[in-house]
Amino acid sequence: MYRSGLPLLTKVLSFMAVAASIAMEERSVQARMASPSRFGDKAFEWLTLAMALAVVVLIILIGWQLWIGSSVAIKKFGFHFLLTSTWDPVAEQFGALPFIYGTLVSSLIALLIAVPLSIATAAYLTELAPLWIRQPLVSLIEMLAAIPSVILGLWGIFVMIPWLRDYPFPFLKRFLGWTPFFSGPIYGPCMFAGGIIIAVMILPIITSVSREILRSVPDLQREAAYALGATRWEATRIAVLSYAKKGLFGAVILGLGRALGETMAVTMVIGNTPQIAASLFKPGYTLASVIANEFTEATTDIYLQALFEIGLVLFGITILVNLLAQLLLRTIATTSATRAVQ
Amino acid sequence: MHLKRADNHTWRKIKSTLASGIAFVSALLVIAPLGLVFFHLLVNGAGSVNWDFFTKLPAPVGALGGGMVNAIVGSLELLALAGAIGIPIGVLGGVYLAEYGSARINSVLRFLADVLNGIPSITWGVVVYGLVVLRFKGFSAYAGGLALGLIMIPLILRTTEEVVLLVPNGYREAALALGVSRWKTIVHIVMKTASKGIITGILLALARVGGETAPLLFTAFGNRFWNHSLSQPIAALPLQIFTYAISPYDDWHRQAWAGALVLVTGVFCVNVLVRILTRGRTASVV
Amino acid sequence: MDNLVMATPEQSVTERVERIAQPTPSIEPAPPLTFAVKNLSIWYGEKRAIDNVTLDVASNAVTAIIGPSGCGKSTFLRALNRMHELVPKTRMEGTVLLHGEDLYSRSVDPAIVRRRVGMVFQKSNPFPTMTIGENVIVGLRLNGVRNQKFLNERLEKSLRMAALWDEVKDDLHKPGTSLSGGQQQRLCIARALAVEPEVILMDEPCSALDPIATAKIEELIYELKARYTIVTVTHNMQQAGRISDYTAFFYLGRLIEFGPTTKIFTNPSERQTEDYITGRFG
Repeated sequence: MYRSGLPLLTKVLSFMAVAASIAMEERSVQARMASPSRFGDKAFEWLTLAMALAVVVLIILIGWQLWIGSSVAIKKFGFHFLLTSTWDPVAEQFGALPFIYGTLVSSLIALLIAVPLSIATAAYLTELAPLWIRQPLVSLIEMLAAIPSVILGLWGIFVMIPWLRDYPFPFLKRFLGWTPFFSGPIYGPCMFAGGIIIAVMILPIITSVSREILRSVPDLQREAAYALGATRWEATRIAVLSYAKKGLFGAVILGLGRALGETMAVTMVIGNTPQIAASLFKPGYTLASVIANEFTEATTDIYLQALFEIGLVLFGITILVNLLAQLLLRTIATTSATRAVQ
Repeated sequence: MHLKRADNHTWRKIKSTLASGIAFVSALLVIAPLGLVFFHLLVNGAGSVNWDFFTKLPAPVGALGGGMVNAIVGSLELLALAGAIGIPIGVLGGVYLAEYGSARINSVLRFLADVLNGIPSITWGVVVYGLVVLRFKGFSAYAGGLALGLIMIPLILRTTEEVVLLVPNGYREAALALGVSRWKTIVHIVMKTASKGIITGILLALARVGGETAPLLFTAFGNRFWNHSLSQPIAALPLQIFTYAISPYDDWHRQAWAGALVLVTGVFCVNVLVRILTRGRTASVV
Repeated sequence: MDNLVMATPEQSVTERVERIAQPTPSIEPAPPLTFAVKNLSIWYGEKRAIDNVTLDVASNAVTAIIGPSGCGKSTFLRALNRMHELVPKTRMEGTVLLHGEDLYSRSVDPAIVRRRVGMVFQKSNPFPTMTIGENVIVGLRLNGVRNQKFLNERLEKSLRMAALWDEVKDDLHKPGTSLSGGQQQRLCIARALAVEPEVILMDEPCSALDPIATAKIEELIYELKARYTIVTVTHNMQQAGRISDYTAFFYLGRLIEFGPTTKIFTNPSERQTEDYITGRFG
């Protein structure tokens, strides 16, 4: 198979040369290198695994701590806690219903305002806007997302509420005052103001997630619509928006998750009164706000326990909503991925 | 017939233009709050951002003037504590997801990290209150730093994973083919190549928790004076803004606006820095 | 076997000299072997990529592996320094001996194997965060060599061997990615040479290069074989003919024919080989 017949002498000489060169190299290089430790590899993998498992530990830790912190209250109040509307720390009567109501209503108002605006903006950014305007707009929306909640609350107290009280609220009252939602005196801080400030907080996230969803719509869809002679808007509506319906729903649910847990800005404008009132001009209270306001004032153990239980309720609701959002967004990602593969 | 079609077509075109117009107005409405907030921050806050603001402690109730130096320093201390917890755990956890982990484990961990990112920040305050404040009988900088640090973990973990996955496989192979061990390859080649992206993720996470108030309310608690020990309550800029904003004093309101202007400027500076960093990254990696 | 695990220089040298000096028990005096691959099979999950291959790689010679894409030639190359193990769910059977030592023995650390069997890839991949100089000595540095004087010597020596020194000696501090494609590939060769391997595996090293850069690499390969054993995968028949001493033709994971390049190209014994070389398929 191999070349044959090398003279013996050449062979011996070449062996000696190889041996000599190997000897020199071995001393100089291979010997200088530290032997790699497989222990190091294992240790690093285990270390990073331990860190990655932090996400599991944290979820369990939150649930466990909230449960432990509220166990006495859970035993004492049972399910009534969720269904009664009296919140009287002096009489040690605790019912979470007004807070659950306030959280849901303010979040609902926020969604009603934010969803159409966000999805229209997302459609504008991916389908309708001139190319040069898209990136600057995206950057501005990212900046809006970066504004801390407390600063939006500050602006809400001193700028937004006085303006709402002087212009839009009286206007609404004049024309829609006959409905229960816009009746009664106008105070300023109220459920409606809370909903609006939450809307501002969740606009960026719904917009950017929707934008990602619309961007993942295959170009084939658009081309098919244009090939049929669709206008830009028709292509957007028929080919893009309807195609991305499920993903957009996921984006909305994700926004809902943020809305339910929004704390500082709401606390500063919602009025912080535990009541269930039809009028959106009346003050309300949310789960997150009552924790923020009353936690450090909780003088008795049972009061603190009740607030921990509020925390548990909030955690339960947001985790469910977030699970739903992630599942919706995930199935979208996988189906669009498989479509892309096929 | 022909005329009818033309009419129909015109109407469709008008509708399309109209829809574009509505979408444009929506986009304007979405970014309007940004402009308004910034405008009012400048109008109401700029006048109170002065030398005193950065050098003096808060004035006693009723007295004019004073500053927020303790809150600014306090926020930085809290961020350092938070970083000490959140950065190593988040970065190394993200590296695990990108470099090791089977597909199934990773999808579970990724899912949980996304869920964690959606948990209201006030929840972290309650949890850390139970874990640390109740146990050690007092509000402290440690508790505040821990709350912020825990929030950072899933944020940094996800961004790290994403940017580490972007590192082309050729670099890993090249290093391994030199007889470099796996972990040294990851640390010295892969993470170094992805370092800009990792730093970007860290900066964004710091900017995010730097503006957080809710988790600090009953952990760091706030302090009108200098914090002399990390086991004592500590002031933080967002906390101070909140306290001043809901107070009845005009002078404190002015201070709140000034504090808000400083905080927003800080957060925006980090965002601009990140933008510059990522521009470099897209240029070099792709 | 021992020097794979712990490379004590004297011991391994004597062992290797003995190995080389021992006459191979065959009728024809064969040249010394670097690799002895026996009954090698490799699976990726369910897919069998290499099917029962037996092949010997001669020392200080260039062995070219040719075959249509997907024939397993890259997988075979990677099995020679255990790089194929990086793909999850791989399984292998058979033995690969490097100078008589089983590369896949339990006590053998793949990192040590790869120090002795270096690799150059299809796409040049200098580390983007490092300068030209850092790229060359990174293998030594990450393997614990600290002596700066020694590192500087190796840097120059490796770059000279890769025929790159004269072109970059004034730009050592510039990023490795600032070089041209062909220079980058030679930088990668220098990087592989710096850890002084015994073998250099090349996975289509010229496929992304223009003809002039390709000629330089080929020339380099010719010079390097005086000191190293080289195994290269190529899809370029002319190149295989120009640079290699032995050629192995793979098809569908099987080794169809193996022998001196002159024979394979002028007088192949297998029909499939002839068809492939003459361009009738592949």
